[in-house]
Amino acid sequence: MIRAQIGLAALFLLLIIFPLFAGAYALSVATLILYFAYTGQAWNVMMGFAGQLSLGHSLYVGVGAYAAGAIFFHYGIGPWAGLWVAILLCVALGMAIGFLAFRFGISGVYFALLTIAFAEFTRIGFDHLDWVGGPGGMFLRVAQRDTWDIANFRGPPLMYYYVILALVSFAFVLCHFLLKSKAGYYWQAIRENEEAAQALGINTFRWKVYAVALSSAMTAVAGVFFAFYYNNLFPEQIFNISRSIEIILGPIIGGLGTLFGPILGAAVLTLLSEGITELIAALGWEIPGVKQVFYGVVLLAVVMFLPHGIWPALARRLKLNA
Amino acid sequence: MALGLSVIFGVVRVVNFAHGEMMTVAMYAATALFAAFRLDPFLAVLPVAATFFLLGYALQAGIINPFITRPEHSQFMLLVAVAIILVNALLIVFGPDARNVQVDYQLESYELGKLLIDKARVFAAALAVVAALLLFSFFRFTLTGKAIRACADNYLGARVVGLNVKHLYALTFGLGSACVAVAGCALVLLVDVTPGLGPYYTLLAFVIVIVGGLGSMGGALLGGVLIGVSEAVAGLFIAPSAKSMFSFGLLILVLLLRPQGLLGKKA
Repeated sequence: MIRAQIGLAALFLLLIIFPLFAGAYALSVATLILYFAYTGQAWNVMMGFAGQLSLGHSLYVGVGAYAAGAIFFHYGIGPWAGLWVAILLCVALGMAIGFLAFRFGISGVYFALLTIAFAEFTRIGFDHLDWVGGPGGMFLRVAQRDTWDIANFRGPPLMYYYVILALVSFAFVLCHFLLKSKAGYYWQAIRENEEAAQALGINTFRWKVYAVALSSAMTAVAGVFFAFYYNNLFPEQIFNISRSIEIILGPIIGGLGTLFGPILGAAVLTLLSEGITELIAALGWEIPGVKQVFYGVVLLAVVMFLPHGIWPALARRLKLNA
Repeated sequence: MALGLSVIFGVVRVVNFAHGEMMTVAMYAATALFAAFRLDPFLAVLPVAATFFLLGYALQAGIINPFITRPEHSQFMLLVAVAIILVNALLIVFGPDARNVQVDYQLESYELGKLLIDKARVFAAALAVVAALLLFSFFRFTLTGKAIRACADNYLGARVVGLNVKHLYALTFGLGSACVAVAGCALVLLVDVTPGLGPYYTLLAFVIVIVGGLGSMGGALLGGVLIGVSEAVAGLFIAPSAKSMFSFGLLILVLLLRPQGLLGKKA
């Protein structure tokens, strides 16, 4: 336990001083890793803790991004206000989906498909919403990138790095306490055996809706970050099902329901993808698609040989029981 | 094509997330055969479907069978990985440009009163009906078909009476893949094929199958017709680009009100 804490503290310190010796490229890769680590953690609350498979998390990223983005774009109101609108909207959406699905007793594959359906429905809806630019996309004004304008969340890449690092740390601590709390135990009970949990007097319906609500709120924050980091939003991209899949790859590869899984998975996948790009460039095999084939093969191997993800296997090897 | 998905899910209970991608592969196979031997896509159905049957069998036997008892998300990931590999292998082999097949009857059409119907579409529909009938009678009348249905109804029971479940699963996946191949060959005449076509058709197949009822073959056909008609009508009255919103709206409604689908059995 002590070793785990020391390791964690060292990792955190390393991440704080990382920008001092990292170039612009390394910083952008690190930001991407942390972004996926964060969305992975948000998704993990729903699937890893409460066992509800969502394949439509791009819905919350997209709605969150568009809510805060549109408020900034149309009224010039900064994301600190837009953030709350985004969270409220996504929680309302998530609770509505959860309420409908769980009320009618939908679970497993059917629930997953329902989440896809909602995400796709919203994507096509946004394509026809001229207020946010429709399929042509919405572009936020790019301010000068050298001053830290915290109020409007505009600034150099370094600022975004620290913001997302703070978000990941916050989510990590939150999940740590959640797992040890009443809610965490309820969720795990529901994940393992819903009927038994209900027989023990847990209101499974209510707790599942709470899990969706929390997960969508966390994902909404990621959406706001996405909007202001990339500055352009297209429904076709942000609501796409492959976005949802990207979000869930990290936690599944890293280890479902664990604290470190989403972080480790995001790091492994992003580094893998960037590493393959480098490798292919070095070998001179620059044919479109080669990279993704490699990526697919590695994914296949991990799913086949490490069914519980990388983290549980690694933790056993390192004799950590975190 | 939705039929294939329904067959696979109904029996093997694995949700095939690589379905549209497999169909894209079939479409490329048909274009390649056409380019090499001027083989009409409707004749190419036979070799392509046979190859797909073998490939599907191998895929299930080699990769998916060990996953049967694993949780859903694990199977899902597996097929996502397969889908990624397929799409990008196509990208490497065929490049990103759209391809199509041109046959002389493509622009011809039948006149039915005031309606004009493309010949190619009529042939494609006829092919789909024939494939469906074949599949249906296979499951209904042959011993192997019965055995497969037994596996679907009761996995444990099927094992107890001595059926080789893994072999039958692989057979089913092969059959489902063959259906996909048939759909792919027929579709080549109607749309241009690009490597990125897969995900859209995977989603479409899911919508159709769920509306009709997962695991029900009649349901898959009904769902296909229903979705096709509702998209066409929606495209006529509202913006054509908004038409798939109706499919997904329909999907949401069906999932909420009748999650087993219109013709599905209670799980």
